[in-house]
Amino acid sequence: MDHAIAVTPQVGSRPRPKKNYLNETKGFRSWALTLDHKRIGVMYLVGVLFAFLLGGIFALLVRLTLLTPSHMLFGKVLLTAEQYNRVFTLHGAIMVFLFIIPAIPASLGNFVLPLMLGAKDVAFPRLNLCSFYLWVTGALMAIAAMVFGAVDTGWTFYTPYSTTTDGPVTLMTGAVFVLGFSSIFTGLNFIATTHKLRAPGMGWFDLPLFIWGIYSTAIIQVLATPVLGITLVLLMLERSFGIGIFDPRIGGDPVLFQHFFWFYSHPAVYIMILPGMAIISELIPTFSQKTMFGYRAMAYASVSLALVSFIVWGHHMFVAGQSQLATVVFSALTFLVAIPSGVKLYNWLGTMYKGNIKLDTPMLYAISFLILFAIGGLTGIFLGTLATDVHLTDTYFVVAHFHFVMVGGTVTAFIGGLHYWWPKMTGRMYSEAWGRVGCALWNIGFNMTFLTQFFLGSKGMPRRYYNYLDQFQPLHAFSTVGSWVLGLGLFITAAYLLASLRKPMDAPDNPWNGTTLEWQTSSPPIAHNFEDQPVLEREPYDYRPVLAAR
Amino acid sequence: MQWLTRLMMPPAGSEFAKEIDSMYMGLFWLCSFLFLTIAIPAVYFAWRYRYKPGRVTPHDTHNTAVEITWTVLPLLLCVGIFFWGLKGWIQYAVAPGDAMEVQITALQWQWRFEYPDGSRTINDLHVPVNRPVKFIMTSEDVIHDFFVPDMRVKHDIIPGRYTEVWFTPTVLGKHNFTCAEYCGKDHSGMKGMMTVESDADFAKFLETGGTEWEDYFNGKDPKKTPADWGKVQYETKGCNSCHTLDGSKSKGPSWKGIWMKMETLNNGSKVLVDEAYLRESMMSPQAKVVNGFEPIMPSFQGLLKDNQIKGLIAFIQSLQ
Repeated sequence: MDHAIAVTPQVGSRPRPKKNYLNETKGFRSWALTLDHKRIGVMYLVGVLFAFLLGGIFALLVRLTLLTPSHMLFGKVLLTAEQYNRVFTLHGAIMVFLFIIPAIPASLGNFVLPLMLGAKDVAFPRLNLCSFYLWVTGALMAIAAMVFGAVDTGWTFYTPYSTTTDGPVTLMTGAVFVLGFSSIFTGLNFIATTHKLRAPGMGWFDLPLFIWGIYSTAIIQVLATPVLGITLVLLMLERSFGIGIFDPRIGGDPVLFQHFFWFYSHPAVYIMILPGMAIISELIPTFSQKTMFGYRAMAYASVSLALVSFIVWGHHMFVAGQSQLATVVFSALTFLVAIPSGVKLYNWLGTMYKGNIKLDTPMLYAISFLILFAIGGLTGIFLGTLATDVHLTDTYFVVAHFHFVMVGGTVTAFIGGLHYWWPKMTGRMYSEAWGRVGCALWNIGFNMTFLTQFFLGSKGMPRRYYNYLDQFQPLHAFSTVGSWVLGLGLFITAAYLLASLRKPMDAPDNPWNGTTLEWQTSSPPIAHNFEDQPVLEREPYDYRPVLAAR
Repeated sequence: MQWLTRLMMPPAGSEFAKEIDSMYMGLFWLCSFLFLTIAIPAVYFAWRYRYKPGRVTPHDTHNTAVEITWTVLPLLLCVGIFFWGLKGWIQYAVAPGDAMEVQITALQWQWRFEYPDGSRTINDLHVPVNRPVKFIMTSEDVIHDFFVPDMRVKHDIIPGRYTEVWFTPTVLGKHNFTCAEYCGKDHSGMKGMMTVESDADFAKFLETGGTEWEDYFNGKDPKKTPADWGKVQYETKGCNSCHTLDGSKSKGPSWKGIWMKMETLNNGSKVLVDEAYLRESMMSPQAKVVNGFEPIMPSFQGLLKDNQIKGLIAFIQSLQ
């Protein structure tokens, strides 16, 4: 690349500025009314981690209930069937709408995206704050719905069950509706910021791949989320006023709801995974100290995944009563997803090849991602293939598959990204040794919990089941034990990260020798991000020695 | 490799199930191989190219030939898998014209089956071996899903619509079926047993409503009397939703002490509750309605076999 004039990617040791975005102003108001993308990112981070904790507690309750077929624990029935149905609904709804969808874009993305672009802030700082308060409103509505008896519809709100069951379904869907707007505002903001606020000299193909991933995500957020909003409004109207859109007794069609729902919720899967892939595309070149292999292919793969995500929703409905022709077409289109996903996996491996690989905690999570996401992606082939899907759909095989993608993929990447940018966000390094322990337990616990569920599913164990046949007991028990190992790993991770906050700031500006612009400012950054407007003089991930490049 | 199939799949109850299993195993080996093409380099590179201070990494930005290879090869593979899956799907989606038709009505949380001769069963499905059976399904309330793991088929059951699924069972004996679409509180209790039997046994089943009743009438087991058989019917045929056994009033008269009682009907006349009256009340319930009750009982004509009626009468007789 001819414009890649060498400057050192390592800024070197500058004195730490006394004022940074954390201590520039003080007091509750300075946070509650802040327009600083970094503070909003941190507030989002605290929020989504709280949601993760809540959803995680519900997950452990679900697993514990399934430990034995009698659901007994210490001589008492842990959850009744009705309570169990509410708990798995809350687990799903909280994890999807309050945690995974906003986790990476709204928290890490908010913090990092303007820094990576060399910008002072996002394009619309007030909209950004509004997005956060919409998230808080949605979260409070969801918690209120829990307090008022909780819903038992499953996170998918399928009609006509959701229009006829008791419980505050209207409030819960209202919460999701509000959360949808929070997501749309974030997406809008990121699109505008990426288009308008790039540093001088930064063309589209000089963008870090994290930006490409977040940008592709933003397109989906803006285009798909309104459909979910409309669908949920129709659902609420049907519940409240009995207009017959979805309930066949009053002239509606329940399959129509599924089409509407998945028209959003399939792209939403990519709202979840694309940011995860985006983080991995930062971690692997940085910790391999090597340029990204196939940069352009990676960028195109992100965008094409975003586009393909809009035309595959019918693969959730192969046995749900949609037309057979539609089913065949959707199966064919679904296989298209495999291509860019495979390109990404092999490009990451190509980047590691002949690298200089440092196995710090973020990189350990990146390698975990490669393996767990590979399993998640490859088991998708069984489900995209029509004949095998008929047997496997609606069983634990599907549960295992999407947990491998959403948790083994996205959440692994999120934790990796959190470790990667932790020094930048807090100015502190965490305990590397405990980081490794946490990552090891994460991998062991995750595989124990979810690999097991592939076998449960292919053996014929349907999902969302309170009672199960005795033959499934050993596998259920093993999976439950795994969930506690997973929980322990996360507990340790939370403990050492929080412990690091107690010590004085010790993080260098660029602890990992990264090449993207966020590493050129101080750790933590000053309120306006950079002392001077940074100018991009090297493409991202250029690890050629300075002299050799001339 | 049979053990591996058995480890992952339930027993195969049809030829179609065996085909699905071989497809599943084919995908399993293919995906295992593809997984290794990712996992082995990931771990090997992390070790082989582990950090050494001062090592300079090559500036490999891309390699068009390699990248086209790992785009096009998976694409071809995917096209192949799609058509493989399509072949099995067409088999699943199109029932043979001579299939026996069984109607399924699903409701929270029960399966009702109706056979071509009008016989009906609840949660208990009988099909003849080696003959294609097509199920025509609808739901009375929310969405359910008829899933027979041993046959490797399932399909959603939707209120206000009819959906279909079919299979040809080839293995005699018992096979589970279950609801696979979340339908509320007792979703996981919405299951039943399918008995695949010979043509002769199936014909006998249709004639008499099964073979289990014989145990209750041959006097061999003191715990299985005709009255006990009647109690089973009372609990499974829906009698218990309107008739109590303790004398308390519900939608219909309590059965306690009703045997040989003189009842007043809603037209003022009186009737002796004997075998003839009970039989008539089950077949044409509107003919003689006891005073003080609504004429709401449905007819059980065709729903109750003769042995079941006998059992119910014996059960009522025992409730003195």
